[in-house]
Amino acid sequence: MTPKTPSAANETYRLPKRLFDARCRACWFVFGLLCLTVASFATLDLQLAKIFSADSAARMGKFLLELTSPTADPTFLKKLWVATFETFAMSLVGTAIAATLGLLLALPASKTHDADPARGRGVTRLLLNALRSIPELMWAALLLISAGLGPFAGTLALGLHTAGVLGRLFAEAIENAPQNAAFALRARGVSEGRVFLYATLPQVLPQLMSYTLYRWENNIRAAAVLGVVGGGGLGQMLSFHMGLFQMPETSSILIAMMLLVALVDVASYGARRVMQR
Amino acid sequence: MKIALSGIDSRHPAARPDSVPAIRNVSVAIKEGEQIAVIGASGSGKTTLLHVIACALKPSAGHLNLGERDPWSLPTRELQALRGRLFLAPQTPPLPPRQRVVTAVLAGRLPQQSFIASVKSLFYPSDIPGAEMALARFDIAEKLFDRVDRLSGGERQRVGLARALASNASLFLVDEPLSALDPTRSKQAIASLTEAAKERGATLVCTLHQVETALASFPRIIGMKDGALAFDLPATQVTREMLHALYANKLDELNAPMPMSDELARPAAPAVMHCR
Amino acid sequence: MTPNSMTNSPGSGTTLATQRDPAWMGRVFWFLAAIAIAWPMLVATEFKPWVLFEPSSLKPTLKFLGDFVPPKVEPGFLAMVAKETWRTVAIATAGIAIAFLIAVPLAIISIRVLSVSALTGRMNLLPASVRYAARTIAILLRSVPELIWALVFVRVVGLGPTAGVLAIALTYGGMLGKVYAEILESGEPHATTSLLRNGSGRLQAFFYGLLPQNSAELTSYTVYRWECAIRSSAVLGFVGAGGLGQQMDTSMKMFAGAEVATMLLVFIALVWIADSASAWLRKALA
Repeated sequence: MTPKTPSAANETYRLPKRLFDARCRACWFVFGLLCLTVASFATLDLQLAKIFSADSAARMGKFLLELTSPTADPTFLKKLWVATFETFAMSLVGTAIAATLGLLLALPASKTHDADPARGRGVTRLLLNALRSIPELMWAALLLISAGLGPFAGTLALGLHTAGVLGRLFAEAIENAPQNAAFALRARGVSEGRVFLYATLPQVLPQLMSYTLYRWENNIRAAAVLGVVGGGGLGQMLSFHMGLFQMPETSSILIAMMLLVALVDVASYGARRVMQR
Repeated sequence: MKIALSGIDSRHPAARPDSVPAIRNVSVAIKEGEQIAVIGASGSGKTTLLHVIACALKPSAGHLNLGERDPWSLPTRELQALRGRLFLAPQTPPLPPRQRVVTAVLAGRLPQQSFIASVKSLFYPSDIPGAEMALARFDIAEKLFDRVDRLSGGERQRVGLARALASNASLFLVDEPLSALDPTRSKQAIASLTEAAKERGATLVCTLHQVETALASFPRIIGMKDGALAFDLPATQVTREMLHALYANKLDELNAPMPMSDELARPAAPAVMHCR
Repeated sequence: MTPNSMTNSPGSGTTLATQRDPAWMGRVFWFLAAIAIAWPMLVATEFKPWVLFEPSSLKPTLKFLGDFVPPKVEPGFLAMVAKETWRTVAIATAGIAIAFLIAVPLAIISIRVLSVSALTGRMNLLPASVRYAARTIAILLRSVPELIWALVFVRVVGLGPTAGVLAIALTYGGMLGKVYAEILESGEPHATTSLLRNGSGRLQAFFYGLLPQNSAELTSYTVYRWECAIRSSAVLGFVGAGGLGQQMDTSMKMFAGAEVATMLLVFIALVWIADSASAWLRKALA
């Protein structure tokens, strides 16, 4: 009477896969993501309602409107020029420090050939990671104590963080460099330092320069805001004038920042093109 | 420099210790100032033999003597000094692409230079005439200040040989010096090499694919087959049958040496992720 | 006849004229130029490393660093640090979530592949200008650093995490929008255009053509941005946007070395965890 196998409305193999499956990694990924997002919004007590209120929307509008009316007061522009140059110098000197320090740290952090004991590799890599994981702005805040307010702290901060980033990239470039030139010199008993100068460095130099220039583009953006914690340059000026709600000045500073960033991007792009020849 | 190998076994450093050695039970004695060509099909252990003599590869068995001394029993410092007196020229010229020819040639003198002198030489070449003279022997003196990556494969190979001559080595170990050269250039290059070695009384050991050139230019020929010595005779006593036995199954190599790839390794473009 | 042409016969090197290195003058010039450029730069950055070793700055530095050991591990303090660390992560996550909501429409509007009028020649003026406007908005949002957005929002909504979330949302919205559009346009457009040609709508073409092609790369990039946002949100605290950065700023101003040490260690660990999590996820997606 009753069929041996009770049939469902649809055969199971015709059904699409279940939406959630304990073995599906993507499902867990999406689930975790949703949980994280919901928990974030729930615990933060954001006053999003406040920002979309008429009052604060009006304030925001006024604020942004004022930001589009830059001042061109000559005495202010002179100060602005000085700060812009200071920011530019910070990015350049900071990157130069970082490239030097990064290269010095990359040497012990790389295993150059199979027989290289590379004793300091672990320690140096740890140091590079520590330098790298603390952002520039945090370094600047820390360095204020020993270097004082001003661009020097900012420059050092850029240098230290970027040294961590570049050191790691440099070490990888050195480890991946073709071996034959170095092998030929090593076979003749040439010391490691000179093997590096005569064989490895000429091979990896374009790559190192390219990394450094990329980082310079990055550092000009960082240098522009470092002053907010007292690291000198445009950022310091910005936080000062914004603190006093002097919107025309703030607007001029923001424009100077954008121009400077664009200028450095162009310069770096040009330098990389020249190097490829 | 006098060389004596007795019962040498050696395998590639990456090879497992129980694998078959790349050269087995090789015994050779080479007198000071002698000129020897090593021939054999590819994979016969020619390069390994050179590396063993150059102290770049430690033999797993047997005994090596360089200038009456066992290099592997010397203290590191003396071993390095000994290595500085010999010159190993790999088949692909070991020249960094963006280095200038003059710097690449003078790099052959590094073992005899102090650290300061070699750093100074990077900024202003220490011995331009010396480099030029070495290059002139291979007819490329006009490339003195060019960049290595602007040269053709054959030119790079000749720069590599010029580097050997610029060094003050008393033992030259040259691996396939002619792989990227045309016949005329080959003849000239081998002539320069043997002549220069004779002038300074240096020993020359040269692996060659070009059997005819080897027989014509070298008084003594060593034949290698499957990692072992096949023959070790004066060039006049090497017969056609011996060569055919040496290149058995690989007769095409006997007649047409395989070409070398003419490519410089270029580092890949950087791909960095940025947070800004 | 140049001196070099006399070198034809090998072995006759003695007739060579001694040459000077032609690159030498150039090297000297560039060396001097580098000094001439570096000098005003060093002056402008007040580059005086010896300042670090003057007793007036060395003493507080050493005292501050001396306080680092041992880090403060008092339970109450640790609980506070844990809470602030979570807030840092939460600010980053909420910011990215809003940024995502901003970026997706911006990207979809600005993708040229989805243009119906471009199927038959040039794009019409109106859609072209709308696409251009969307692109400009994304670039503008992105070109202002998040720290400056945070300064603005701190003025508008007051101190606290709201400013941080909004700052990250706007900057990262611009960034994600621009990069999403780039990723979506970089692939093979054939599948999408053929859907459009067969009369499907733009969104349908997006979901059936473009998105499946690029979903892995898009997700991977978003995860990477989330990692970046965690670093950012810690930094934003320094201008009062809440989270670990704000506490660190307070402790630094009070020269409380032990507290700073704990928070630095926690922060390094947090970055490391976010780094590995993001690397793992991106590898799993690839």
